[in-house]
Amino acid sequence: MSEAAPQKTPLYDEHVRLGGKMIPFGGWLMPVQYSGIVEEHQAVRNTVGVFDISHMGELVASGPGASEWLNTMLTNNVAKLDVGTGQYTFLLNDTAGIIDDLIVYRIESEKFLMVVNASRIEDDFSWLQSHLPAVPGEVQLENQSDAYAGLAIQGPRVGELFRALLNEGAELPARNQIRRFDLAGSNVWIARTGYTGEDGVEVFFPAEVAPRVWNEVLEKGKPLGIRPCGLGARDTLRLEMCYPLNGSDLSPEHNPLEAGLGFFVDLTKPDFTGREKLQREKEFGSSKRLVPFRMKGKSPPPRPHYRVFREGVDAGELTSGTLSPSLNYGIGMAYLPTPTPKPGDEIEIEIRGQKFPAVIEKKPLYKKP
Amino acid sequence: MNVPEDLLYTESHEWIRREGDKIRVGITDHAQAELTDVVYVELPKMGATYDARGTIAIVESVKAASDIYAPAKGTVSEINRELESNPALVNTDPYGEGWIYVMLVENPDQLKDLKDAAAYKAMIG
Repeated sequence: MSEAAPQKTPLYDEHVRLGGKMIPFGGWLMPVQYSGIVEEHQAVRNTVGVFDISHMGELVASGPGASEWLNTMLTNNVAKLDVGTGQYTFLLNDTAGIIDDLIVYRIESEKFLMVVNASRIEDDFSWLQSHLPAVPGEVQLENQSDAYAGLAIQGPRVGELFRALLNEGAELPARNQIRRFDLAGSNVWIARTGYTGEDGVEVFFPAEVAPRVWNEVLEKGKPLGIRPCGLGARDTLRLEMCYPLNGSDLSPEHNPLEAGLGFFVDLTKPDFTGREKLQREKEFGSSKRLVPFRMKGKSPPPRPHYRVFREGVDAGELTSGTLSPSLNYGIGMAYLPTPTPKPGDEIEIEIRGQKFPAVIEKKPLYKKP
Repeated sequence: MNVPEDLLYTESHEWIRREGDKIRVGITDHAQAELTDVVYVELPKMGATYDARGTIAIVESVKAASDIYAPAKGTVSEINRELESNPALVNTDPYGEGWIYVMLVENPDQLKDLKDAAAYKAMIG
């Protein structure tokens, strides 16, 4: 995390103009909310919302050895990616601790775009750079984070908005696919992905056209009830889906198996950083596990760092917690030690010295009705 | 922002209505607009005594928990139990149904330093 003054995205002035409350996040000044977290949350669940994700990083790896090299750096299997397809994956350190979680897209047969977390851009880039193959010309790695801005457009009406922005016949890329389109006079990348549990896209484009793209999206989205959405709604939406937040649920102290995300680790690959440790853990079991829970009765909203008790014993702390706007009760996630807690198991959350009952749930906490 | 003329105000955005030797307390329209979406109110304990500027209640939005401070030393004589089931009253009617508690003030002199509506308006700009 940067100690220097927080950076501003190319949309900073737009956020301020729209009444966004700006807060520092991952080294950036970002809007936490405009009209209110609950209203923005509901816009994404019911119509459509747009988030500035320009703070996120874009790293590009290319060259004849890029695919093979990335497969030794990332946990998921890059070789399975066709051109125009992406996958969720992890960048691990030598002890399988999570440096970052990211999406890697194969944008050309020998060119990959990695979309990484804002607070990890420098760490990811220097880690990858220090692990480049020795043979010159095999792989080029570039940090294009400053050149790119991005929007996440999320919600059930994203398809209609997309056709209003492009043309009536335009079709969204399929889930996890990325394609180039002309939008607001610029050539942009559009990927069918998101962090909310709703249908949606993430759009990446040159930083200098950001205000024009942003305003075009808001303008064309107006008849659909679009809302600009801040980090507050982004957090409640992702937590209802049990999507992890880097820096809270994920960190170098945890590995993907403990986080319950083994699906994105391909142990059949012969070699990748952290593989040995994960293979052993797969055989012998993890000592702790990230589990979702919900509050059982009326309680204050659970929040990160509140303590969790199991059978009266302090078992750890919350990594995430909030009041779920969709469900209207408290939800959260915590790492709990073995024996691995099962859905239905009862726990207690300590809030200001008082213990409140909660129950372990299955992922996701929220399912679309 | 609505700042009723007949109330007193604190720098920490509580409003105070004098009712004889008691005061009724809530948070201002400005405060509720800043917090947005009040989802939980931890009420004071009935009959408990709180010190001036001590934490007496907690108002929670989706994002954060905010302390509410007692404007004077006193004993809580009424709490708004409606807020247990409908905390959003703090947003929709901050000076009316969104009141939080009533307190019997030990020394009404402690209320002398509170702001009037004009001074509070000037403070929030």
